[in-house]
Amino acid sequence: MANSVPKPITSSSKLASPASQDDPLASSSEKSLWLAFALMVAFFAIAPIWVYPVFLMKVMCFALFACAFNLLLGFGGLLSFGHAMFLGIAGYGAAHSAKVWGWNPEIAILFGTLCATVLSIIVGSLAIRRQGIYFAMITLALAQMIFFFCLQAPFTGGEDGIQAVPRGQLFGIIDLGDNHRMYMFVLAIFLAGFLFIWRVVHSPFGQILKAIREHQDRATSLGYDTDRFKLLAFVISGALAGTAGAMKSLVFQLASLTDVHWSMSGEVVLMTLVGGMGTLFGPVVGAAVIVTMQNYLAQLGAWVTVVQGVIFVVCVLAFRRGIIGELANALKKPL
Amino acid sequence: MEIFGIPSQALFGQLLIGLINGSFYALLSLGLAVIFGLLNIINFTHGAQYMLGAFVAWLGMTHLGMNYWVALVVTPFVVGATGVLIERSMLKQLYKLDHLYGLLLTFGLALIIQGLFRNEYGSSGMPYPVPDVFKGAFNTGFMFLPKYRAWVIVASLVVCLATWYVIERTKLGAYLRAATENPSLVQAFGINVPRMITLTYGFGVGLAALAGVMAAPIYQVNPTMGADLIIVVFAVVVIGGMGSIMGAIVTGFGLGLIEGLTKVFYPEASATVIFVIMTIVLLIKPAGLFGTQK
Repeated sequence: MANSVPKPITSSSKLASPASQDDPLASSSEKSLWLAFALMVAFFAIAPIWVYPVFLMKVMCFALFACAFNLLLGFGGLLSFGHAMFLGIAGYGAAHSAKVWGWNPEIAILFGTLCATVLSIIVGSLAIRRQGIYFAMITLALAQMIFFFCLQAPFTGGEDGIQAVPRGQLFGIIDLGDNHRMYMFVLAIFLAGFLFIWRVVHSPFGQILKAIREHQDRATSLGYDTDRFKLLAFVISGALAGTAGAMKSLVFQLASLTDVHWSMSGEVVLMTLVGGMGTLFGPVVGAAVIVTMQNYLAQLGAWVTVVQGVIFVVCVLAFRRGIIGELANALKKPL
Repeated sequence: MEIFGIPSQALFGQLLIGLINGSFYALLSLGLAVIFGLLNIINFTHGAQYMLGAFVAWLGMTHLGMNYWVALVVTPFVVGATGVLIERSMLKQLYKLDHLYGLLLTFGLALIIQGLFRNEYGSSGMPYPVPDVFKGAFNTGFMFLPKYRAWVIVASLVVCLATWYVIERTKLGAYLRAATENPSLVQAFGINVPRMITLTYGFGVGLAALAGVMAAPIYQVNPTMGADLIIVVFAVVVIGGMGSIMGAIVTGFGLGLIEGLTKVFYPEASATVIFVIMTIVLLIKPAGLFGTQK
């Protein structure tokens, strides 16, 4: 990954020292990030006027999913090919607790996130025992195991999934059955998740993660317990992917096997790749592009798969920086 | 006759199915291991190329009247040639990058190939007849052994062992192993390493196609036949470790048998048993049973 991922142009190692406050480069890059963030918030605030809110909520669910995935791949250099298991298991957790146990939506989402967190601790501690390509194969295989588990387990409803999940009442007072209220709720969670990832990336922890991505042995020789950092990154990523999945199951009032299938794991890789891995805003743009594409091509059946495959090939061969990565490169600013 | 309370007929029947599955695991993981050894790429397209093998045999039969034996010989070359094209045109550009890009590219290619075939042929299976020579079954005294299945097991064993012999015991194999260790040094000795890489990829893909042809009369010819199989084969590869050719063969057959046994004693776990074994192996010996790490 060393040559390919566009490196942040911030003098990131200096960020930790107080001197960086006078560093003009650091403050200007900080500014461009905030500007981009303001644009994104403005877009999601105004867009429901023209665009169907459910569609935008889908974009935000996938955007959070892709951002969580990107934390692992773009900043930790770990390619998980099984991230759908966190999306799916949290979806089932939230749907089951909201429908069968009648929990409030905020508690249901927390419960879904908790399910994904526990799963990611187990999967993560297994997968980080191997590196590189093996890591990808192990996560894929374990995700397939979870898929079969969800297919057979009694509470998931098998092929039917959990249907007619109630959106419920937020804090017991605000009825989320209305799409516009649900939209504000989803927007709030998405932005909170995004800001959290932003904070993680720019924390000392995020810097160590990047150091491990660039050269694991060197990070080890500097005294960092790299396995612990990788596991923590994996768990944060899995938990946030879970939040996205829990939110998704409430938005669509459905938790199904689609969300646990390996093709979903492939889709989140594609979103991150298209948007630009290792950038903050890339996964959001990538998710928007891929979800829009699926929406327009939905009638074409298996052609969607073909188009996705073509995008994969083109991105890998000629467009490795992704949309936001290219933009950041052109503007000479991190995004 | 009963063994552990299970009718022997059922037990041996499942063991046979296990051995058949194991043959395909072995052939496919062998191809993956050979490709990975030299190219450092995990070929995600492997499942799609296995499916292509079955389809080329089926299309040859329906359109050109090609019989099973011709298909068995021709198909690996046809599909192998498409592999050579893929390597020359795309994979070649990725060798200097992170290995993960190879995985992503081949994943994309698998989506394209499987999507195209699903558009054309739907997702229902097409039957491929068992060749006349292999119709019927042997009566071994304790069970009936369909002749075609016996042939698949023997043939894949022979192919696996032949591949092992070529790589471990011949001069060509020595070049290959040397190039795996240190390509630039081998190149300096005047061996055309880029061509060797291309042919190796073609060979690995050909193995997948051969497995596809052999699978066609047993399973039906289906655009998605390789999609889920490849994930199981990945787990097989993680269990065996990719360092050793013999390891890939032994693990493939062994896991097929274990899967068959699971179907007899605890059918609910038969879909997941290989993944569970992978988990255990990762805990005990992360490098894989036959692998060496670092």
